[in-house]
Amino acid sequence: MLEIKDLKASTGDTPILNGVSLSVKAGEVHAIMGPNGSGKSTLAQVIAGHDDYAVTGGSVEYKGRDLLELEPEERARDGIFLGFQYPVEIPGVNNAYLLKAALNAKRKHHGLDEIDAFEFLKLAKEKMVLLGMDPKFLNRGVNEGFSGGEKKRNEILQMAMLEPDLAILDETDSGLDIDALKAVAHGINSLRSPDRAIVLVTHYQRLLDYVEPDVVHVLSAGRILRSGDKSLALELEEKGYDWVKEAANA
Amino acid sequence: MSTETENIESLVNRRYEHGFVTDIDSDSLPPGLDEGVVRAISARKNEPEFMLEWRLRAYRLWLEMREPNWAHVHYPPIDFNKISYFSAPKSDKDRPKSLDEVDPKLLETYDKLGIPLHERARLAGVAVDAVFDSVSVATTFKEKLSEAGVIFCSFSEAVENHPELVQKYLGTVVPQRDNFYAALNSAVFSDGSFVYVPKGVRCPMELSTYFRINAANTGQFERTLIVADEGSYVSYLEGCTAPMRDENQLHAAVVELVAFEGAEIKYSTVQNWYPGDENGKGGIYNFVTKRGDCRGANSKISWTQVETGSAITWKYPSCILRGDNSVGEFYSVAVANNFQQADTGTKMIHIGRNTRSTIVSKGISAGRAQNAYRGLVRVMPQARDARNHTQCDSLLIGKDCGAHTFPYMEIRNPSARIEHEATTSKISADQLFYCRQRGISEEDAVNMIVNGFCKEVFKELPMEFAVEAQALLNVSLEGAVG
Repeated sequence: MLEIKDLKASTGDTPILNGVSLSVKAGEVHAIMGPNGSGKSTLAQVIAGHDDYAVTGGSVEYKGRDLLELEPEERARDGIFLGFQYPVEIPGVNNAYLLKAALNAKRKHHGLDEIDAFEFLKLAKEKMVLLGMDPKFLNRGVNEGFSGGEKKRNEILQMAMLEPDLAILDETDSGLDIDALKAVAHGINSLRSPDRAIVLVTHYQRLLDYVEPDVVHVLSAGRILRSGDKSLALELEEKGYDWVKEAANA
Repeated sequence: MSTETENIESLVNRRYEHGFVTDIDSDSLPPGLDEGVVRAISARKNEPEFMLEWRLRAYRLWLEMREPNWAHVHYPPIDFNKISYFSAPKSDKDRPKSLDEVDPKLLETYDKLGIPLHERARLAGVAVDAVFDSVSVATTFKEKLSEAGVIFCSFSEAVENHPELVQKYLGTVVPQRDNFYAALNSAVFSDGSFVYVPKGVRCPMELSTYFRINAANTGQFERTLIVADEGSYVSYLEGCTAPMRDENQLHAAVVELVAFEGAEIKYSTVQNWYPGDENGKGGIYNFVTKRGDCRGANSKISWTQVETGSAITWKYPSCILRGDNSVGEFYSVAVANNFQQADTGTKMIHIGRNTRSTIVSKGISAGRAQNAYRGLVRVMPQARDARNHTQCDSLLIGKDCGAHTFPYMEIRNPSARIEHEATTSKISADQLFYCRQRGISEEDAVNMIVNGFCKEVFKELPMEFAVEAQALLNVSLEGAVG
């Protein structure tokens, strides 16, 4: 589904990704771990198409197409979802309105009719029950005055509604208490399917206790130093990132 | 400024070379302003003596006045002698009695501007009094209104057919000497609308007037007067668009509203005059005086405006809350893009007891535009238990625009309760990226955010107007980001 080859990217004059290669297949869950400043969030943003980052080399193929040619909204409509590390507040814009606009943009792209209001509400309420969210959320401004945990749940709600083919969740677990973490993990697990790929960007092993990854990658200084199965995450937790760096330099 | 005054004075002292009598038959007067021009306009319209005297008094007052310079707007000095003060469409010589008699070319222009006059009027049940340049050319639905006893006609017709009403109310809300532009308007106003709703009558339809500016270099000086007698209700819609043009055009309208005991007037405006091009060339100068007088107890006047056009806007629709328990409202969305400048707001003057006012102002700035809110809340000593709530929000798009807030409060009665809230926010790149990542295009995202910002005001507009206003906003901000 996603084929990244030797990807290099920079912001301003500062190179951040220095040749990342990664292959994600449908049905897989990948975890990308790494210390602060290793380029994890940049990788997520580049896949989503943020123009703060310039791609200086390499290629990204998504569903067999050159992803880098597409505008961010085209990528989204074609099934790429980014769960933001810091979801922005959009005061005055109703949460339900944004969700509906997003859903309809995607439906339109796939030649489907717009969803009617009744159907939309029914679907949204179903998903909110699943995530343990209060339906009142729908009528609040997008992330307006939400706590950190509420913002992250809201990201998962959007993901559940949009049913992406490739979901990239950027530190969705950070700042969550254990109940929120479980709810978020439940939301992610309920989306696992043979047609869908999920990439978890995270600092800690904690989330991976609840969402079991198929592959774990360690990113450092803009390069993937090591990949392995879920035991790699446990090993990291125990030995720290320096262990991987030393092993790579040896 | 002083040279201008000299120019005007020397002109006044000079004989009017073209002669104002022979000029009456021509389609427009040559540029320039003196007493002769004022007389010519009045004569051209067959006005009774009292109107001519009223105009001349205004003209003499105007000569003594100076252009206001306190607004947060900048523009080159206006040469009032380069403006032609009267122009009429070709078909004016014999005033048409119905649409069939209207020049088809004129109707075509309406169509191009997207106003299917006859269609819309019939379908929506709206009576339309269209002002094309300076003279009304078509009026519809008069019968239905006259059944209810409502008078809705052009100002000229009102002067002709209801001179007693005009004489009684004209200038009682905005006196001739009120300000520089109001005085100018009083001297040279060409036409406008007149509404009278008798006691206890609820006007059976929304009244709507589309103003157009169409002849180059013609200043537009409309005059609107709406009188709602005891216990009556009327909703009035005013909408404007203008074709592209190069020269700056002066527009100085006056609107007067009078609400007697228990009466309610709802006045809604969608203003979309040519704002100038993206380099700030051209565009309309819109210097308007709008004021409502809640003359009787329990009366209510409500202004709702969506301002997207004009190069420069100077406009403060106000309410004088004279009657006890009277209510004044002001809901405004003002959009300024490119090089537009807007200085707009309201005045709420509390005089009666237990009077209430609400101000909701939403200013949107994009490009290099400057948008200022200027509002006055004045509570007079006798106005016991006055209440005001003001909410004043600014939204910035891009980094080269500006938003300014000038709230004035003069509270002279300690029982007053006054609340003022203000916010300034910005459409950030992060918000746009967030929306785009959800599949929503940048333009739709901007529209969504802007409409969310304005919804408190839009919900005050009549339904079909609200839809139009939303569309207009989207067009006005096209390309504002990126």
